[in-house]
Amino acid sequence: MTNIEELVKEQAEVHGKERKNLMPILQAVLRSERYISEEAMVAIAKELDISTADVYGTASFYTFMDTKPKGKNVIRVCKTITCHMKGKDAVIGALEDLLKIKLGENTSDGKFSLLQANCLGWCHKGPVMLINDEVYPEVTPESAVEVIQEYLKQK
Amino acid sequence: MSKYKVSLKINNLPVSVDEGTTILEAARQLNFKIPTLCHHDDLCVAGNCRVCVVEQEGSRALPAACATPVSEGMEIRTNSMKVRQARKNIIELLLSEHNADCTKCFKSGYCELQEAANEYRTGDHVYLDVRSQNEVDISSPSIEKDDSKCIRCQRCVRTCTQLQSVSALAVTHKGKDMKISTFLDKPMNDVVCTNCGQCINRCPTASLVERNYIDQVFDAIYDPKKFVVVQTAPATRVAISEEFGLGPNRSTGKLVSALRRLGFDKVLDTDFTADLTIMEEGTELLTRLKEALVDGKDVALPMMTSCSPGWIKFQEHIFPDMLDNLSTCKSPQQMFGPLAKTYYAEKINKNPAEMVVVSIMPCTAKKYEADRPEMRGSGYKDVDFVLTTRELGRMIHQAGIEFDKLDDEKYDSILGESTGAAVIFGATGGVMEAALRTAYEIVTGREVPFANLNIKPVRGMEGIKEAAVKIKDVKPEWSFLEGVELKTAIAHGLTNAKKLMEKVRDGSANYHFIEVMACPSGCIGGGGQPIPTNMEIRKKRAAAIYEEDEKMAVRKSHENPEITAIYESFLHNPGGHRSHDLLHTHYSPKKRY
Repeated sequence: MTNIEELVKEQAEVHGKERKNLMPILQAVLRSERYISEEAMVAIAKELDISTADVYGTASFYTFMDTKPKGKNVIRVCKTITCHMKGKDAVIGALEDLLKIKLGENTSDGKFSLLQANCLGWCHKGPVMLINDEVYPEVTPESAVEVIQEYLKQK
Repeated sequence: MSKYKVSLKINNLPVSVDEGTTILEAARQLNFKIPTLCHHDDLCVAGNCRVCVVEQEGSRALPAACATPVSEGMEIRTNSMKVRQARKNIIELLLSEHNADCTKCFKSGYCELQEAANEYRTGDHVYLDVRSQNEVDISSPSIEKDDSKCIRCQRCVRTCTQLQSVSALAVTHKGKDMKISTFLDKPMNDVVCTNCGQCINRCPTASLVERNYIDQVFDAIYDPKKFVVVQTAPATRVAISEEFGLGPNRSTGKLVSALRRLGFDKVLDTDFTADLTIMEEGTELLTRLKEALVDGKDVALPMMTSCSPGWIKFQEHIFPDMLDNLSTCKSPQQMFGPLAKTYYAEKINKNPAEMVVVSIMPCTAKKYEADRPEMRGSGYKDVDFVLTTRELGRMIHQAGIEFDKLDDEKYDSILGESTGAAVIFGATGGVMEAALRTAYEIVTGREVPFANLNIKPVRGMEGIKEAAVKIKDVKPEWSFLEGVELKTAIAHGLTNAKKLMEKVRDGSANYHFIEVMACPSGCIGGGGQPIPTNMEIRKKRAAAIYEEDEKMAVRKSHENPEITAIYESFLHNPGGHRSHDLLHTHYSPKKRY
């Protein structure tokens, strides 16, 4: 058994093996792997005796539940109207220059992914940036770069 | 269950219906048609397309008629100004996302969205055109999937899950990106799809259609060097009439006539090889029983029928541990192919390399079956092209043949003679009934103990049927079967098949012989049959099938004179060496996930 299969099996023991237990198992895999791989979806389908299309359908519904590999730190900049008017494009531009990647890509060292997000509910303090579960309100291109540099210092 | 009556008014007319009835059903009782797209009689309620909205007195919102149960004193208007405006908007919105290339579309004239749009004549393009750009998925030899025509009504998803327990299709992503897709958006041919085509039967647009081979078949007919023979499956002869607005009808003679007018060199019958299937499969069953009861061998029982290619692929994916239970007999279509290119080619002095075998099938999975690499027993591709009943309907229309005015004609011989036992292959329980008629008589020397040969317990639309036949006073060579109660089960629709397989696997059910057909009601409800389909239509097709059986001169496969002849001069005996080479096959596990 691979690590992922073990993880899924263990989570199915914890949460149960019915269709309704799909979400908590997906969330557990996401916490551990940062994305839901094909291998994980197959393992979940087997464990819950449902179809892989069903698992994929559920995972793909949620923007934060990626089905493609992601970097260790996932940066999401809010793309909706208030943050747009407050200059999120400049923030994204600065991050692209710093990380040498385009929106939607991962850095080659696997440390960062740069994405957009739908409204994060921080319209009063836009533009807002989310790194993993950490919120950074009222960012400027300069402050965003500073935040990332802090992450770069970490191992 | 006692039912309370609920009284309501629809368009000012009073009606009293059972509690739990939807507004849509109540309106039907008063002969008011409410347009629907996501609703389908065979499927659970979805209520997502909204085209069936109606106005309810005292309510500001417009409820969906398909998803709203009636309540006492309700006053409904199905065609008020507000309803009409809302419906127009809904249809316009659906069209704004739909690749409406109607004049070129395979489904034109059969498309429910087109029908709704025609009814409401919405006229202006009010909304932006936001149809999706995508490649059409033609990876499967059976099914074509074009997302640009999808209105996301999810009938296909409900079909694949609810009726078939396959769930190859699911709703993925959300909002404007929402689509009907497979696991990781893989091509249809790379997923657990059984090619049953039930999704096609229920798709209101042309998002899911069969891969059509009409042009290739016409090309073969026009090619003077090719000798083109056609075979027709049992279920096609009671449904082809629907393609001409004539309802389900016995139209075997007209079908033969139309095929001859289309230019096929010989019009032959899959029913002949259905009779042959009974000889081969019946012998296989009796052999397995003997091995189990007399020789004490560990043979796979219950034996399961193998005529339905959707069912075969389902087993390969979902129950790969039970493949030995499947009869090794090829389906009637695939028995016909190699015999046409060997036995028949020899008889009529034709080079099999120049022969083209076309089948008319109620089935989309038959296209995949014909493409299987093991289906080349003759040394050539045994069956070259498989057309659905619908494709044949289009060909007859294109050729300008007025189907309803055709005279009845007879099949060519040989490979054209058949019995009543063969035609009932088209309905659920039919293979079982045909097999029992023959096997019982082989073993006892007497006809099956049912009035007029009609084995009623195996007929009907119940999802899983069981029947037991007590065998007594057997011929001496079958003494091991004396007093045995032959236990059989029949399932149609893969959800029922799955339930039955689970019982067999866990040992809670004990049968000798099981018939499974992938499609609801058997081949008459096949994925290649005329659209629409529902229980009422399928019951009519089944009634026509059994009527056809009753009218046949010979009603037992082993009494078909052409069957006797082919064993005498070519095959020698059922399950023999030549049969093994040409008429039997093997199965291989496929991945489930």
